[in-house]
Amino acid sequence: MNLSFFDQFMSPSLLGIPLVLISMLFPTLLFPSPNNRWISNRYSTIQLWFLNLTTKQLLTPLNKKGHKWALILTSLMTFLLTINLLGLLPYTFTPTTQLSMNMALAFPLWLATLLTGLRNQPSASLGHLLPEGTPTPLIPALILIETTSLLIRPLALGVRLTANLTAGHLLIQLISTATTTLLPIMPMVSILTVIILLLLTILEVAVAMIQAYVFVLLLSLYLQENI
Amino acid sequence: GPLLERPLMEVRLGELHTWISTCDFSPQGLLGTVQKAWNSYYAKYINVRRGGPAGISMLLTGYCLLSYSWNYQHLKRYRWRKYH
Repeated sequence: MNLSFFDQFMSPSLLGIPLVLISMLFPTLLFPSPNNRWISNRYSTIQLWFLNLTTKQLLTPLNKKGHKWALILTSLMTFLLTINLLGLLPYTFTPTTQLSMNMALAFPLWLATLLTGLRNQPSASLGHLLPEGTPTPLIPALILIETTSLLIRPLALGVRLTANLTAGHLLIQLISTATTTLLPIMPMVSILTVIILLLLTILEVAVAMIQAYVFVLLLSLYLQENI
Repeated sequence: GPLLERPLMEVRLGELHTWISTCDFSPQGLLGTVQKAWNSYYAKYINVRRGGPAGISMLLTGYCLLSYSWNYQHLKRYRWRKYH
């Protein structure tokens, strides 16, 4: 059995049930539906406050038609945020380290924004391929470049999320292995490595939140161009 | 009789097999059991007037333990390994 550093990204299965299934369903438990009392419990209140904050932040730049996307953008944001943060707990599995899942989220949503733009305002959508004020000889090259950058957006969205989280998890595993291996040999270096590990963990918490936000923000930006 | 549909905490050990035989093991039945269990946990620990971090922390600790048990076959070989 090959024990490498990448084994943390394989989802183990017990009795035929893979852990990825439970990891993806667990966030639903953490977001109970608010009951129709005037003052609900503190947990629901904090969540509703947070959801209001993110919804206002994401949807202010969008026009009225874009507000139809409110539910999917907000639920995507909370989903990614919860999954990223839960992955930092010990022994848990993070589904967003799998490229398959991130591409499955990024590609259809990006395609939806593109098709919305092409359907409702085709000339304006195509007009985005050429920035204003470009010198005339550069126009063919620039259209090719802008088309490439448009078509690479879903790949960038998916790979950005995957790469950030995978790199963070790998770094944490490497540095913690170094700490435990160095502890009997050179305790002072081991303590230094522990400090690095603590700082890295704080960074990983920040990265988890930022990456979820960036994913949804970029999608809302692509939507703004096209709606 | 009154043995059926009693909650699990009120069933005596000797009657356990009889109680299990009256359980509904269809998918809807299992889903109903899971929902009832979650609702009683939620009502007791999270949906309280002055809650704190305890309810959610217990849930997250349970999730960590569940993940550990799912990973156990892999982790024990990692523990037994001489060189990492």
